[in-house]
Amino acid sequence: MKRLARLDTTAFVYIALVFVLIVSAILVATTGRSILSPGNIRDILTGMSVLGFVAIGQTLVILGASLDLSVPYVMSLASLIAAETMNGSSAMVLPAVLLTLGIAAAIGMANGLIVTVLGVHGFVATLGVGLILKGYLDTNYQGTAGSVPWSFQLFGATGIGPVPISTIVMLALAVLVAFILARTRFGHHLFAVGGNAEVARLSGVRERLPLIGAHIGSSVCAAIAGLLLASRLGVGSPTVGSQGSYDLLSIAAVVLGGTLLMGGRGSIWGTIGGVAIFAVLDNLMSVMQFNPFFKDVIRGLVIIIAVAVYARRRVVARRIRFAAGPAGPAVAVAAAPTGSDERSPR
Amino acid sequence: MTGESAPVLRATGIRKQFFGVEVLHGVDLDVHAGTVHGLVGENGAGKSTLMKIIAGVHRRDGGDILLDGRSVDFGHPVEAAHAGVATVFQEFNLLPDRTVAQNVYLGREPLRRGLVDVATMNRQTQELLDDLGIDGISPDTKVGWLTVAEQQIVEIIKALSVNARVISMDEPTAALAEAEVAVLYRVIGALKSKGVAIVYVSHRLQEVFDLCDTITVLKDGALVLSSPAADLDQAALVRAMVGRPISTFFPGPEDGTEIGDPVLEVAGGGNEQLDDITLSLRAGEIVGLAGLQGSGRSELVSALFGAAPFTRGTMRLGGSPVTIRTPRSGVRNGIALVTEDRKGSGLALSQSILDNALLAIRSVFPGRTGAMRAKVPEILESLEVISQGTGQEVRALSGGNQQKVVLAKWLATSPRVVLLDEPTRGIDVGAKIAVYRLIRELARKGVAIVLVSSELPEVLGMSDRVLVMADGRIAGQLPPTAGEEEVLALATGTEAQVVSDQ
Repeated sequence: MKRLARLDTTAFVYIALVFVLIVSAILVATTGRSILSPGNIRDILTGMSVLGFVAIGQTLVILGASLDLSVPYVMSLASLIAAETMNGSSAMVLPAVLLTLGIAAAIGMANGLIVTVLGVHGFVATLGVGLILKGYLDTNYQGTAGSVPWSFQLFGATGIGPVPISTIVMLALAVLVAFILARTRFGHHLFAVGGNAEVARLSGVRERLPLIGAHIGSSVCAAIAGLLLASRLGVGSPTVGSQGSYDLLSIAAVVLGGTLLMGGRGSIWGTIGGVAIFAVLDNLMSVMQFNPFFKDVIRGLVIIIAVAVYARRRVVARRIRFAAGPAGPAVAVAAAPTGSDERSPR
Repeated sequence: MTGESAPVLRATGIRKQFFGVEVLHGVDLDVHAGTVHGLVGENGAGKSTLMKIIAGVHRRDGGDILLDGRSVDFGHPVEAAHAGVATVFQEFNLLPDRTVAQNVYLGREPLRRGLVDVATMNRQTQELLDDLGIDGISPDTKVGWLTVAEQQIVEIIKALSVNARVISMDEPTAALAEAEVAVLYRVIGALKSKGVAIVYVSHRLQEVFDLCDTITVLKDGALVLSSPAADLDQAALVRAMVGRPISTFFPGPEDGTEIGDPVLEVAGGGNEQLDDITLSLRAGEIVGLAGLQGSGRSELVSALFGAAPFTRGTMRLGGSPVTIRTPRSGVRNGIALVTEDRKGSGLALSQSILDNALLAIRSVFPGRTGAMRAKVPEILESLEVISQGTGQEVRALSGGNQQKVVLAKWLATSPRVVLLDEPTRGIDVGAKIAVYRLIRELARKGVAIVLVSSELPEVLGMSDRVLVMADGRIAGQLPPTAGEEEVLALATGTEAQVVSDQ
């Protein structure tokens, strides 16, 4: 009963992150600067926070073997609702945030119901909902709208030392979601439904609830990312989500973090690692002043290499009856007693 | 119910129909606490159906099931489990990416202040493991990292965690190695001493005698015999399981069939699942391949075809050495494999009959596609495929007609060696006879044929000789005149007792 000592995928992601950091540090050092200067650290962490929020939500739906392609439009819509409701008034910050999150939750609920009740695959369901939102945004907004009071802009602008507030909030959310996954029935059942819906059903799990919850979580996380963008821009924008192509980038970060696209396996911390790798690479390329289009080439290569490595690591569990290697005497001896075996004869 | 204790589980007169065919004809079963009740019979005897009725997977059409004297009717395995009846199926209901404890308590996670109490969950799982004297499995290990035997133990633990008083196990040792079987024996001993009643389905007779207190034999959906194990010996059991004349519906060889020179020869072939395979397939010869499930029959034909190739040994085709490492080279060398899983690996279900029939030709011999396209209707007609035309989706065809389309796909490649893995599984009698006729016709044309089947009458009725496999090796060769007892004896490794008894 020997077992392969295997490295946890999340640990593997962080080893990759450290590797990327070291390589980046060396490359940046050749230009005479330091990647670990406070300013640069702040840049990296700032780059992490928006994608981090979206990717945390995306992790939930992917764990449940679904997808959420509606996130960029939810983000844009959230920035607009928040900016228009606040309209420069500090007193309206809290109502605006609650309204934004409530509407996002309703959109997530719709996604979840379409996926579970109507049986439409998450890819198609959220693509459709995303298009509906896009149509609404395109017809009703020609450009930015509303305005955000200074008090709310602090969310995107301030920090403790080199660590932006937004990153702290994002990491706090990651802690919360990781806790929910590990310690609530919702979390356990989400993994089960994503891993094998039939096994979950036969074990008495109500298979729709976890997936609906995951979709609500994803939309709410996207809305928080939208709020953060509104806080940074000072206004709401109908294209702020789609410009960043956060749908595909969040999926890429989740997969880079070791979560299985087929569902049932993965972790929030892997996703955060994936987001960090992207952030460090982005920072490296802007410090080195690479052609901005080249950035996507690197991202594409990284994601393909990572998933290829994970695929290699996936060991297909199958009993090996005859090990390769030294055939011959040992095998022949084992083969000799054919019928009567060593068990107690009657 | 006088004398000994009343049975925990009593099934009386269980009947079950599938599609108008009755597969269980009023079967009785009494299972007592703290005993192991062996359920044996050939493939298709109705063991699995009976198990699934008890487990709540199927609903019975007649009869009654009493649990502690109360009539029960389970509509879902979860209901059965709550009532204390759990089943360990052959295909596991486990999530490989979750831990042992998470799997055991899935759907019933213990809560503390609304949160999953991971510590309690792990502790209780550990207690269940300790109870059975299992070490080497930790509650927080991912199930996917465990061996098959350990996964089986997790299934058993899962059953115990709902306080199951009856646990049925469907061929629990089919996928286990010798050492792992010993662990399972110990677990079953521990379960018995806890007063759990066990229904044990197995093909391995030695095991049935080692473990069971009572043995029930099913044949063709009816109860043949039920008695204490001490009153039986293996020979009597084998006779009860088979003992039916080989029916006459197997067509004999066609006139002009000649067994010629070896076409495909293997010497010392082996891979992870096979070892020491030496065989020779001759033109016009039908070689039957018998053995229990998991004995390596399918692995052997896969190796010959190149789907899961040999990693050791040598292969010769028509006298000259050949290396077949991929299905593509298998097809190129004139080998065809009709797989066991027709829908999974035999057909592209959403494509048309014509596309399926041309699948192998198009991809391996694209130059011949045009010529073959014209001939496909003829092949389909000779196989008597009933359809609405060659453009129909194969998904809509009956099992028998689907199988004929698979056969047409391979006939189109004009193979020299045809490997048939369970070619008549799940098809109606008419289609079966058509398949048998086709096999005979191919033999007359000088094709070398391997016929894998779990149905012994089929293997014996159709083959020129029978190879019996056991645990990845060829255990022996028998003439077609051999009895089913002899085949079963070689396959189960009980030859000494049975043969001397005759």
